[in-house]
Amino acid sequence: MRRRSFVVMAGAAAMLPGAARAKPEEVEALVRAVTGGAPARRGRVRLEVPELVENGNAVGLTVSLGEDVPEDAVLTDIHVFADGNPRPGVAHFRFGRLAGVPKVATRVRLATSQTVTAVAVFADGSCWQDQVGVLVTWSACLD
Amino acid sequence: MAVRPLLSVPREVKAGVPFEVRILIQHPMETGFRRDAVGGVIARDIIHTFECSVDGEEVFAARLEPAVAANPFLAFSARLERSGTMVLRWVDDRGVEAEERVAIRVV
Repeated sequence: MRRRSFVVMAGAAAMLPGAARAKPEEVEALVRAVTGGAPARRGRVRLEVPELVENGNAVGLTVSLGEDVPEDAVLTDIHVFADGNPRPGVAHFRFGRLAGVPKVATRVRLATSQTVTAVAVFADGSCWQDQVGVLVTWSACLD
Repeated sequence: MAVRPLLSVPREVKAGVPFEVRILIQHPMETGFRRDAVGGVIARDIIHTFECSVDGEEVFAARLEPAVAANPFLAFSARLERSGTMVLRWVDDRGVEAEERVAIRVV
């Protein structure tokens, strides 16, 4: 693509009226869908994402387990949600029988300042969550 | 898949000792929320499914949404008791499937 047409496109994209944003209630509903109705308890899972982000286009995010996890607890799933993006879902990770350390890292887009939620599901069916409020100074170009 | 991913997997591991797998796939992860210069929606094209297994047994899998950044990066951990072939496979919205295979020797 020629540079000029790219700049025009990027500009046009930036000038559009804001797309709909997810709402905290939507994330709560998704968490309840994971837990089967109960609110996820706090603890056992640790979400690491910077609290202050300059560029929301690629934000490093790591989910791991805390020190309060019993030794025999087996992690099966991690769900990540973001309540300020156009859609609240970010990713769903599944840990199989050959998984090693229960930990995953990726990079995500954050459209605006918002709360990021990670829910960990264990083999016994229990669900635990962690949340981080992220301040984004330059949003991801999502709309 | 024209461009191969950056993949970091040890070729030799110790039995039962966790090791890290890191992969960076070149992909625009087009969100489907953007519009082009004439106002048309740019079709969503993201890698929505990623799977990693060894000899058919699951290590790790991911369902990704448009909120995952362009050129998706994933780091996770595996633990093997026996040598095997790790298969990393992913699919995008255009139906393009790609796969990487790595033989891992357990010593």
